[in-house]
Amino acid sequence: MLLGAAILFVLVMGLFVLTLFRPGFGSGVSIKGWIVAGGLLLPIPVLVALNFYALFQGERLLPGDVASAYRIEAHARQWQWEFRYLDEPGAPSTVDVLHIPAGLPIEVVATSEDVIHSFWVPRLGGKIDATPGHAARIRIEADRPGIFGGVCAEYCGTGHSRMRFRVEAHEGPDFRSLVERGFEQ
Amino acid sequence: MKKAAEPGSLTLHKALSEVWGTKPGLGQLAAVNHSTIGKRFMITAAVFFAIGGLLAMLIRTQLATSSSPFMEEGVYAQVFTMHGTIMMFLFAIPMLEGAAIYLLPKMLGARDLAFPRLTAYGYWCYLFGGTMLLMALLFGVAPDSGWFMYTPLSSSTYSPGINADVWLLGVTFVEISALCAAVELIVSILKLRAPGMSLERMPIFAWYMLVVAGMMLVGFPPLILGSILLEAERAFDLPFFDPTRGGDPLLWQHLFWLFGHPEVYIIFLPAAGMVSTFLPVFAGRPLAGYRAVVVSVIAMGFISFGLWVHHMYTVGIPHLALGIFSAASALVTIPTAIQIFAWLATLAHGRPRFSIPMLYVFGFLFVFVLGGLTGVMLAMVPFDWQAHDTHFVVAHLHYVLVGGFVFPLLGAAYYWLPHLTGRFPLLQLSKAAFWLIFIGFNVTFFIMHLTGLRGMPRRVHVYPQEPGMELFNLISSLGSFVMTIGFALVLLDFVLQIRFGRLAGRNPWKAGTLEWAMPTPPAPYNFASLPKITGRADQLDPDALGPQLAAGKGYLGFVRNGQMETLAVDAVSGRLEQIIVLPRSTFLPLLTALMTGVFFLLMLFKLYALAPFALIGVAGMFLVWTRATGARQDLDTLDAGCGETAPVHFQSRGAPSEWAMALTLVANGTLYASLLFGGLFLWVSAPNWPVAQTTFHNDRLVQIITLFVLAVALFASRQSVRTGAQGRIGWLAALAASHLVAAALFGWMAYGIVPLNTQHALFAVIFAVHFYAGFHALLGVVFALYGIWHVLGGYVSPMRDLDLRIGARFHAYAASAGILALVFVWQLAMLGSGGDPA
Repeated sequence: MLLGAAILFVLVMGLFVLTLFRPGFGSGVSIKGWIVAGGLLLPIPVLVALNFYALFQGERLLPGDVASAYRIEAHARQWQWEFRYLDEPGAPSTVDVLHIPAGLPIEVVATSEDVIHSFWVPRLGGKIDATPGHAARIRIEADRPGIFGGVCAEYCGTGHSRMRFRVEAHEGPDFRSLVERGFEQ
Repeated sequence: MKKAAEPGSLTLHKALSEVWGTKPGLGQLAAVNHSTIGKRFMITAAVFFAIGGLLAMLIRTQLATSSSPFMEEGVYAQVFTMHGTIMMFLFAIPMLEGAAIYLLPKMLGARDLAFPRLTAYGYWCYLFGGTMLLMALLFGVAPDSGWFMYTPLSSSTYSPGINADVWLLGVTFVEISALCAAVELIVSILKLRAPGMSLERMPIFAWYMLVVAGMMLVGFPPLILGSILLEAERAFDLPFFDPTRGGDPLLWQHLFWLFGHPEVYIIFLPAAGMVSTFLPVFAGRPLAGYRAVVVSVIAMGFISFGLWVHHMYTVGIPHLALGIFSAASALVTIPTAIQIFAWLATLAHGRPRFSIPMLYVFGFLFVFVLGGLTGVMLAMVPFDWQAHDTHFVVAHLHYVLVGGFVFPLLGAAYYWLPHLTGRFPLLQLSKAAFWLIFIGFNVTFFIMHLTGLRGMPRRVHVYPQEPGMELFNLISSLGSFVMTIGFALVLLDFVLQIRFGRLAGRNPWKAGTLEWAMPTPPAPYNFASLPKITGRADQLDPDALGPQLAAGKGYLGFVRNGQMETLAVDAVSGRLEQIIVLPRSTFLPLLTALMTGVFFLLMLFKLYALAPFALIGVAGMFLVWTRATGARQDLDTLDAGCGETAPVHFQSRGAPSEWAMALTLVANGTLYASLLFGGLFLWVSAPNWPVAQTTFHNDRLVQIITLFVLAVALFASRQSVRTGAQGRIGWLAALAASHLVAAALFGWMAYGIVPLNTQHALFAVIFAVHFYAGFHALLGVVFALYGIWHVLGGYVSPMRDLDLRIGARFHAYAASAGILALVFVWQLAMLGSGGDPA
């Protein structure tokens, strides 16, 4: 996408500079030719291809088969995140730290009890708004164990800048024992 | 060089100046002339641009280091909210309105816009509303929930101060001017052109502005409705957006972006229209693909209303639905590409010469194409999930808006400033200023793509002290200071041009449009006589045409009875149709805007009991406006010059004011439709629906009586313009009575819902719909009584029934809106209580 954008940018700017400083450049192509080539033939195939690719990619990021995903509720309030482990009855919730098993798709259900916040872990996937009265879902996944920074992406008041959290991805067995310890590390 | 004017043209100039000029001193406050008001709009907007720019400098100072103590977060929130609000509502929109107000009549061959007093009223509303916002900033109570005011953050629970009220009321006050301008520009473009200028002969800028004004007409009402509902929630606790009581924060987002996305094109298209106007001049040939450009501009207007959801990809809307909006967002690239390649073709087939405006076209294409390409990226859902609400979006929107508006606008300023001042800019300074802005801009914003992708959300005042992140932000801040120096140089350049620039003379760029067929700076009457157009109006010869028109050899080359006159044509064919007698300069627009301001201030300071009186005052003042025109006897058709005659506008079918009422009702209907769809949206989307136990019952009897009364009003509205003199008064009286009864019944029904309306959004919506219908019935009473007074005063005859026809349109609308309200409430009450929508 970046390369394509760069090519298109250079093409348009190049044509502009050439037509401006080289009198007669491009006058061999009819006006209709210019408009049809640049206005229709150039963008349409690019856009069609891009849209289908995006639709395909988007489907992959979405909670599809609910049974296979590990479910977490990210419950936001001014200005902290409380993570509830929906598939672990009896496990306590954690605040501003989210523990997940690595290598497993995680379905995050974002909710809020006051204003709109947005759950985002830049290195693990897209973001999803936590809107009061709604429960929106998104799928994230950590390929390997590690610690990833998360932020609130929707302006939510004066504490917005500091409404950060941490995602800790653990190997499967480590994660299990962590759950059993009630997330006491 | 200017030739010495013939004695005839000098006499004509003196006579016309006498009639059209604005008096000096205090008389300036009464100005209604479009050149004067247009300049005021542009200068005020430029001042707001400087203020908004200063706020941006504060933001960049804060972000230059990772945890700067420069501003605390509350102040920072006010600063970034006001930066966005000022740039969008107080700079971009008024600036384009001002440019259009100044240029269009001159390009179309008219002496003024269709409703000069409305232009002035719009300006005062803009100035007072903008001042309200600025005062709040000075007193430290400026809006602080971000320029799109997402609720519940902007609700009274989470923003208890008056900060949010300042935004909702101040911006709505300013938007009055946008709606006035929309109506005014559409009517003026369609009707007030030089004879012979058919639609397909219009200069391309008029096409752009026709589409833009149409978009403003239906784009602003959803925002105004949203602001009214949110203010009603804050002031009267009606829970339209409160999820705990059946409201939905997403309703605000839909209403806001339904306005907000077209807004981007409302800002971009006028600038593109200016480029389409002056680029051909420097290419030395007419615009290539005129028809393709017109079609693509119209297409953009329509597509832009189908994209708003791409601001809401992350709220959890089903993916396939997002796919449709994503495709529509990508689709808008095509008409944009058509325009860009039409410009390239124009250059390729012409003999381009380089000049300062073309330098800005280079800057415009460079920046805007980059913004467009990141726009296509953002339109792709999975990419947006990553980049949404980060500095990548901040970079994108500045590339699109500064690239798509500020750069072409500065090019246009260099092109048209000789028209306003009669002088040329100083070349070297202009070039230096451009490069400083261009380099400063790219340094500031290009790097934000990177900080955004690395995870920096927007609207943060501190960020982690990571290597790279701090450096990037520091570079960005330095760039913004370079850019500011550039803008300061542009200002200096303009000031020096006005003082010392060399004289430009008539038509300095050798353009082919009508605004150059006049001496510069222009006289208040624009043309001493109006031209007859026989070809495309961007391929004329102003050098030859100008002196002829100045000598009075066109239409209306005289002063009749000390009246301000201009011509109206058939909207499509451009055939001469009417002679418009325009109202003289008056203090009424200023006074009415002041009274409107009193209403908004009473609302702001929560003196709700007094606010209706201010509204009555506004309505009363508008009634005084009507006294300026009209006649007590039928007039013969008038001499229009050039051997042609035409009737005066108030004896013509399709007078401008008739169009204006139709357009106002379109805007009003859009607002109403947004309200009704809002109600249905809550039923579909909001939590806590349906209402568990309905304690509300439709009073069938009252509803049926109301329906009957409205049917009477609908029938009477048709009859009031169909019968002879005697019948008219009777039907108008029937209208007044039926509206009055309807208003009372709607008021009764609305009152019947209190206090349920604060307990659930269903009842709040029903209350709002009843209120809307009742309010319009009350206005109907005013219109009907005005009609009766007008008939009794002798202002109405079979030939002079314009005011009654305008009134009839309103009556029909009010009655239909009332009937729709009844049907809607029946249905929504049933749906909202879990009943069967039978």
